[in-house]
Amino acid sequence: MDIAFIIEKLILISAILGISLVIAMYTTLAERKFAGFFQDRVGPNRAGPWGLLQPLADGVKLFTKEEIIPTHASTFLFVLGPSLSMFTACITTAVIPWGQDLFLFGRQVSLQVADINVGVLYVFGVVSLGVYGVMIGGWASNNKFSLLAAVRSASQNISYEIAMGLSIIALLMMTGTLSLREISEQQAGMNWNVFYQPLGFLIFMICSFAETNRTPFDLPECETELVGGHHTEYSSMKLGFYLFAEYINMFVSSAIMASLYFGGYNYPFMHLISNPNVAALIGVAAFFTKILLFIFFFIWVRWTVPRFRYDQLMKLGWKVLIPLAIVNIALTGAGILIFGK
Amino acid sequence: MSHSLFYLLSFITLFFALLVVFAKNPIHSALYMVMTFFAITCHYLILNAQFLAIVNFIVYMGAIMVLILFSIMFLNLNQATEPQKSSLLKFAGVISAGLLMLTLVGAIVKTGGGDVPFELIKPDIGLVKNLGKVLFNEFLLPFEIASVLLLSAMVGAVLLAKKEIN
Repeated sequence: MDIAFIIEKLILISAILGISLVIAMYTTLAERKFAGFFQDRVGPNRAGPWGLLQPLADGVKLFTKEEIIPTHASTFLFVLGPSLSMFTACITTAVIPWGQDLFLFGRQVSLQVADINVGVLYVFGVVSLGVYGVMIGGWASNNKFSLLAAVRSASQNISYEIAMGLSIIALLMMTGTLSLREISEQQAGMNWNVFYQPLGFLIFMICSFAETNRTPFDLPECETELVGGHHTEYSSMKLGFYLFAEYINMFVSSAIMASLYFGGYNYPFMHLISNPNVAALIGVAAFFTKILLFIFFFIWVRWTVPRFRYDQLMKLGWKVLIPLAIVNIALTGAGILIFGK
Repeated sequence: MSHSLFYLLSFITLFFALLVVFAKNPIHSALYMVMTFFAITCHYLILNAQFLAIVNFIVYMGAIMVLILFSIMFLNLNQATEPQKSSLLKFAGVISAGLLMLTLVGAIVKTGGGDVPFELIKPDIGLVKNLGKVLFNEFLLPFEIASVLLLSAMVGAVLLAKKEIN
């Protein structure tokens, strides 16, 4: 392992972390702007031109607020909850292929932090860890509403993880690999998986909404029933971490959806560009365009669809999505048997 | 390198495993257990068994421990409500645990633990591809029987949990 390799990875990791934080920051602004548009309002427009400095103002506000830790709360776990939420939100980006290899200074630079051969399962594993942040925080707050939210969120995540895993199985049957890089490569030239797996993609997307706790599945923080949900007792930046982790999760799951189903960094007429560096950079731009479109879709759904009731949520997860995902696996199997790959 | 890593991981595993037993608060116990499972996942990783590692991660850390935490949170356990076990039960527990330890020690002594903590004959054996080939060729029948067993357990659990309709 040489020094250049370590420097290369360090730069890549810092860049990815920075980009995901900035995108998450501005997603909060975009959310409020779009919410304003959907509700025929203006949205935040005071801080900076078109309200562009609003996320900074929010950040400063959250950092400078008084920090309150409830007296009967378990302090260590109370702090651990939001930290864990933030941590699990950030680590998924390690296996996402952001673009094709670049050729810089005579080196082949991979735009992926780690190409592990169980990439898809790694993503799935981190998703299943995500619930700990909410559960630990909710329990440590020593508040009935927080506890109820924690329990809700645990049952919601476990229920939707199953359907998510089943929908990925159908995809893996087609691609024959667990590496996200190879899955992206196979989709070159508009050969996107979504055309072969429309049902699988639909199930995966619904489950991503549930796993990121976005409306219509934002039951863990359902204000009408649970005050503030799992973060009722949180203040200052610890609350900020919970809210911010949601936006990073949105970014990450958009990236996963784009690379699993929407061709990743591939774009039409890619093979016509002779310079590999230019082709790769346009690929990165194409990937981020897809990600931003998905983020817009997340926001769009949030301000259009109302929240599910708890029993509706469970019914949808167990009685609709899981059987559909199993049907999808059977259909994919039949398709592979008849048409070949 | 890998030897010292192995000993470090073993220490962490045993340390958290002991904390699971000694922690007063059941929630803390469960969280220490999560850490134990994480250390075991790392053990699989240094054995180059990536698939087993990630499955251990998903199933034990991500699903089973979440469910255990889930049920503990509902129970609200503390000293006052905890039922006191009779001394006979405690005695039986000590004896069975001692027997288990005897078996384990016997097994370890039988295998003749040398200086090398582990040695892989085929380093690639744990990768997904090789595991899949072995699982669906040589061990197809046991694999299918195990899945039928799991399915029947699931159906049984649903049947037990179902309300009786009168």
